[in-house]
Amino acid sequence: MSGIAGKKLILIGERDGVPGLAMAKVFEGSDAEVVFAATECFV
Amino acid sequence: MDLQNQQRTKEAADKYNKDDILVILGTADVDGTGIYAETVTQGDPTYAGPLSGVPLGLPVYHILDPAIKKEADPQAWEEHISMMEMVLDGEALTKAAADMREQYGKSTL
Repeated sequence: MSGIAGKKLILIGERDGVPGLAMAKVFEGSDAEVVFAATECFV
Repeated sequence: MDLQNQQRTKEAADKYNKDDILVILGTADVDGTGIYAETVTQGDPTYAGPLSGVPLGLPVYHILDPAIKKEADPQAWEEHISMMEMVLDGEALTKAAADMREQYGKSTL
């Protein structure tokens, strides 16, 4: 059983790191649910 | 962490069982990772946002943590994350999230 199966994922990415949507893509086929995915940027 | 994302995180923690929530960070530097991880465990250290004084204790990981990578789709990882994986210091970022999680988080994978 997957360790993230059934989990509610909060994905907080960063523009200079890994963006939220990129993280969402890798969990698309999993049994976890993405609650929200965001990308922050520091200026 | 910006105020909107603090609010969304707070709402999710109110709506769902906290043990079912997993926060995954894609932050680029160790200091930022520590601050974000602190915000979702102990509360907003800057006392500026909705999570000020709100210790949610959520389990928080960095996306480059091997425990998270093994849960990801390998092909999508290669396509969307592998390039940043080469650039970022995954070990240090993983540790920054883990330090805060182990100190203040209430559950782990």
